[in-house]
Amino acid sequence: MSLRQIAFYGKGGIGKSTTSQNTLAALVELDQKILIVGCDPKADSTRLILHAKAQDTVLHLAAEAGSVEDLELEDVLKIGYKGIKCVESGGPEPGVGCAGRGVITSINFLEENGAYDDVDYVSYDVLGDVVCGGFAMPIRENKAQEIYIVMSGEMMALYAANNIAKGILKYAHSGGVRLGGLICNERQTDKEIDLASALAGRLGTQLIHFVPRDNIVQHAELRRMTVIEYAPDSQQAQEYRQLANKVHANKGKGTIPTPITMEELEEMLMDFGIMKSEEQQLAELQAKEAAKA
Amino acid sequence: MSLSVNEGVDVKGLVDKVLEAYPDKSRKRRAKHLNVLEAEAKDCGVKSNIKSIPGVMTIRGCAYAGSKGVVWGPIKDMIHISHGPVGCGYYSWSGRRNYYVGDTGVDSWGTMHFTTDFQEKDIVFGGDKKLHQAIAEINDLFPLVNGISIQSECPIGLIGDDIEAVARAKAEELGKPVVPVRCEGFRGVSQSLGHHIANDVIRDWIFEKTEPKEGFVSTPYDVTIIGDYNIGGDAWASRILLEEIGLRVIAQWSGDGTLAELENTPKAKVNLIHCYRSMNYIARHMEEKFGIPWMEYNFFGPSQIAESLRKIAALFDDKIKENAEKVIAKYQPMVDAVIAKYKPRLEGKKVMIYVGGLRPRHVVDAYHDLGMEIVGTGYEFAHNDDYQRTPHYVKEGTLIYDDVTAFELEKFVEAIRPDLVASGIKEKYVFQKMGLPFRQMHSWDYSGPYHGYDGFAIFARDMDLAINNPVWGIMKAPF
Repeated sequence: MSLRQIAFYGKGGIGKSTTSQNTLAALVELDQKILIVGCDPKADSTRLILHAKAQDTVLHLAAEAGSVEDLELEDVLKIGYKGIKCVESGGPEPGVGCAGRGVITSINFLEENGAYDDVDYVSYDVLGDVVCGGFAMPIRENKAQEIYIVMSGEMMALYAANNIAKGILKYAHSGGVRLGGLICNERQTDKEIDLASALAGRLGTQLIHFVPRDNIVQHAELRRMTVIEYAPDSQQAQEYRQLANKVHANKGKGTIPTPITMEELEEMLMDFGIMKSEEQQLAELQAKEAAKA
Repeated sequence: MSLSVNEGVDVKGLVDKVLEAYPDKSRKRRAKHLNVLEAEAKDCGVKSNIKSIPGVMTIRGCAYAGSKGVVWGPIKDMIHISHGPVGCGYYSWSGRRNYYVGDTGVDSWGTMHFTTDFQEKDIVFGGDKKLHQAIAEINDLFPLVNGISIQSECPIGLIGDDIEAVARAKAEELGKPVVPVRCEGFRGVSQSLGHHIANDVIRDWIFEKTEPKEGFVSTPYDVTIIGDYNIGGDAWASRILLEEIGLRVIAQWSGDGTLAELENTPKAKVNLIHCYRSMNYIARHMEEKFGIPWMEYNFFGPSQIAESLRKIAALFDDKIKENAEKVIAKYQPMVDAVIAKYKPRLEGKKVMIYVGGLRPRHVVDAYHDLGMEIVGTGYEFAHNDDYQRTPHYVKEGTLIYDDVTAFELEKFVEAIRPDLVASGIKEKYVFQKMGLPFRQMHSWDYSGPYHGYDGFAIFARDMDLAINNPVWGIMKAPF
């Protein structure tokens, strides 16, 4: 089977790393060999698989050794839960240097040194927004074939999802990257599943799975484990298995996204009653003042 | 000499024809930068200081070149760090012939090259630590260094390193000025912004933070030379004339200059500016802040030298005025001899000039003094005020080209066939291969000085060497 490269994007704090690690842990059960490439300077994309925060990131080791050419693959490649290979790109402290360039450097290093040989899946976990060209690296240059956007019914998560879709569209024609679908991580906002489905429709993609909120995820995280490992028989583990199955079956079914304008997005939010129009807001304000008087 | 140059040549038609090669949009944009000087014109009628069109070969430099290469680089007792990857510093190493006196590597560092040599990890993790270390090493290796400047290359601006914080910390630690210059090459449209940024840094990090040296005793005759980079010794040939008329030159900006000279400059009675384009900013600032008047002068060719000496002397007392006349008279026999020797060999020869921000107008009368004619001139990075100052020198009918492209210049020269092209190293071999005499007018073709009376003799000899070289009669260009 040919190598499949996927990537998880989404607003910061939305649960990308948790969702991706749980999904990938479930993919192992489908006999898939997996490599996770963490592209976040915080280096926490593989914590649940490795049961520890990765200390030896590509960039920190490269900085110590002099340059990335001085590294061996074994120095940075760690084996975690059920043989999942993990690499953390790492990067500078917040506010200095160029983390984006770091992502480019480490992905090139991994490719050149054969990290992608003998695996079925490479999964990139990329930080919050696509803030610069470096973080678009997995989208560019024929790296990830399918992008999964982790989002929720919250307004900012929807904005971010739409923005990421714009980034994918930009490289869809040159690099062949496609949008695999939206993964909604439940936040228990109003009409969340409907809103997520509606946005997926507008973006020309699917809501590939709606992951319900369950405290067991926190319990597992505190123990530095995926739910799949911590509570394999739980309902939540089943949810992640379903998601993994859907992702696995989604091969080659990605679409070129059709991002919408800010105005269209805001209109959509108003239709769902998430956002109020200026008239509504004014009317409410007046009503409030009238009530006081 | 006729009043109008390029007589019998349809220069306007030539411009239109050359522009035909461009696509519509580029043609419209480039047309605004090309003109034929009209009689009694107030300026040259061209747009300037605008971004070059992608795809053309511009001859311009970048902001880093303007700061490190032009303004800061010649300050000999400071070390100037090319902060970033090695290329910018390495390929501009000793690019300008800023002569200086001093022991290189002991108390002067003009021909040495310092860089932080950025590697990938410095981009990713930021280069501040490396900069700290570089400055510490420089101070250890060269304890007599009087100050350090940090010349930013492009990546510094991209990754947002806080070089100001490093500069402040190191300045305190070493007790010497450490000045950060944000002259990233991508800023602005040419090296001109680099000059401006460098001027502003002198204002904010030298004038604001240091004082004239203790024990400095003023005299009523203190002047400075601003905007002379001592190419081939230009500033020296200028300085001796000012000293001969009784003035005291307290600072040279920045050819053969020192940090102390920069610091002492606010004590000057008048700032004398040669290269207006690169240093008018600091002169204007000193006028505003310290009330020091400034005056432009021109030491190319005997007519301009005499005029300038008289203008400068007029700012001082009768003694200086008398001295000026004496000095002019003293050099007159030498001038006469030079003209007697070279004018017959150069009379009527046509010149096309294309240089930086000053010489396209300032050298014109030196050619006129030798009986030569300027038929075309233009600037790489001039602003509107330079083009306003140009009609004073050149004649009606002169072809004016701003930020000329390699293609345009080649076509203009091909059609006009001047006797001499006076431009830079990038142009030199193109025109020599066309069978045309050429002189580099940035570096004086490794000759010089060209300023002052001494410089005029060398200038006349060099032009004769180029134009009357027998090689032009022997070789035949195949194209």
